[in-house]
Amino acid sequence: MTFQRAQARPARMSIARAFAWFFVLAGSLATSAHAQLRLDITQGVRDAVPIAVVPFGGQAEGGPNDVAAVVAGDLQLSGRFKPLERRDLVARPTRGEQVRFEDWRLLKSDFLVIGHVAPEASGLAVEFELFNVQTGQQLLTQRLVTSERGLRATAHRIADLVFERLTGVRGAFSTRIAYVAVDGRPPSQRYRLMVADADGYGPRIVTESSEPIMSPAWSPNGQDLAYVSFEGKASAIYVQRLATGDRRRVSARSGINGAPSWSPDGRKLALTLSRDGNLDLYVLDLATQGLTRLTSDSAIDTEPEWSRDGASVYFTSDRAGSAQVYRVGAGSGQEAQRLTFTNGYNARPRLSPDGESLALVTLDRGAYRIATYDLKTRNVHVLTDGRQDEAPSFAPNGAILIYATRTGAKGTLAMVSADGRFQQRLSSDSGDVREPVWSPFPPLQR
Amino acid sequence: MKWTHAVAFALLAVGLAGCSKPKQVQPETTTQAPVDSGAQTSGLGSENGPATGAGAMSAAQQQALAALQSRNIVYFEYDSSEIRADYLSVVAAHAAYLTKYPTARVRLEGHADERGSREYNIGLGERRAQTVRKALILQGVTEAQVTTVSYGEERPAVEGSDESAYAQNRRVELVQVQ
Repeated sequence: MTFQRAQARPARMSIARAFAWFFVLAGSLATSAHAQLRLDITQGVRDAVPIAVVPFGGQAEGGPNDVAAVVAGDLQLSGRFKPLERRDLVARPTRGEQVRFEDWRLLKSDFLVIGHVAPEASGLAVEFELFNVQTGQQLLTQRLVTSERGLRATAHRIADLVFERLTGVRGAFSTRIAYVAVDGRPPSQRYRLMVADADGYGPRIVTESSEPIMSPAWSPNGQDLAYVSFEGKASAIYVQRLATGDRRRVSARSGINGAPSWSPDGRKLALTLSRDGNLDLYVLDLATQGLTRLTSDSAIDTEPEWSRDGASVYFTSDRAGSAQVYRVGAGSGQEAQRLTFTNGYNARPRLSPDGESLALVTLDRGAYRIATYDLKTRNVHVLTDGRQDEAPSFAPNGAILIYATRTGAKGTLAMVSADGRFQQRLSSDSGDVREPVWSPFPPLQR
Repeated sequence: MKWTHAVAFALLAVGLAGCSKPKQVQPETTTQAPVDSGAQTSGLGSENGPATGAGAMSAAQQQALAALQSRNIVYFEYDSSEIRADYLSVVAAHAAYLTKYPTARVRLEGHADERGSREYNIGLGERRAQTVRKALILQGVTEAQVTTVSYGEERPAVEGSDESAYAQNRRVELVQVQ
């Protein structure tokens, strides 16, 4: 594939600016404008594939529901594609018969997405087509029925389909992220648990408190969030249904109640308790409230993460002196095995969707960075270059991770591709943002 | 969002422990004012209202409490939960007060600096609070007088990402709750 390196930088800037504009608009429309996130590409991929996404017919350009802008933004966010700047688009075809492929070849665009929006009886119909510019071949076309309110979701769906057709990997643009936003200066801070679309659009408050909120975790079906709140002046774990806001306090035992992690079947939480003044891992059966103790060690055992089959749990322990990652069987009284040996600090393991590697926080030459640990080869691959990067979370397709970093004194979110080649920041308008967690895929609709 | 739930849970949980931080005025804290006396950063402001069921404090006790107010934080080295020699006297002063006034209670709030993962830092804060707890108990304080909580890196004393800020944030605050 051919591409123009010289053009890469301005194109990125422009997309970032376009996004910033959308989020400004979003802020004025959404009921809560807290902690808006903006994309800011910090390190692009040299071989990102050029693609043209033409403004869709039947709708005005600009604004939060501009389908082509959302699709282009998503493809850019993946790091795999480099959408053409709008002002460089030589033509505005909205139907296949209007496309002159030689125009797009001249622009060195490998692929082309066009489409249009039209009213119909039950709302709006969005039709799109994806072409290979070199061959003129139509690779994909689909008609999706939606409403004005559903246009962004439909655009994310189109980006998912285009991404999958071109990469073979399921797109993760129709997903959400949860994160914690903190405003104010110590000791008077306001903590909010937020949920936004994966591109940062439309943040909503899930819960807020003047006491710390931490460790959000999505249930496997994406309907509930478990999290830790100190609102009762001590830590407790809550499970909240996002659609209704209803919530249950599932663990408020004496001492620490922390680090909730859902079992793959969604019936249990692995968590950290400090019943005898020391942190150990337990499994809580959500239906029966039955507790199984997994570790009994005088060290700190915390940050559990289930294996794909639910038979074992990865966790952080400093039983050997420094924090390292271990694995223990999910039944009681099993012996833990140490997994990480390189670097003086490896913590907070998170399993990749394919179950083959762990993302973790590692101490890399004096800085806390995000790395992946290959469960087969045991190789540690450092992905980021910050000073204080933490809380990695895989997108459900495994292609990208979101994590927390620092920009100056401020906590911000960032994304990095699973191979470390592509990085971008999500900057927030106000306060600190931290502890991002990527939702699972929504239920399949095809 | 069901705010009624949030408030109900907050009310339910508030009765469990005293509190240490100044708060913005909000429904859930104003409604539980009787339990939430002495809610200042130092945690020693018993003059703010009568403690529930504890009865009035003698002038001598009030004076002793006031004296502790300026010496209620123990600081720690990086990744350590050992009480430094220069803070042993802080622990001893609180132990003396608690043994002299057996109805007095202390809440130990453990903290970590911001480096590393958050839940692991909760563990570090807890370990520090437990070290201070054990030291108090060795000096005759009863287990019933001591509660612990770890905030990890979630409640820094000061902002900043340098060694001086880290040093001020690695701490246990001894909050007299009565």
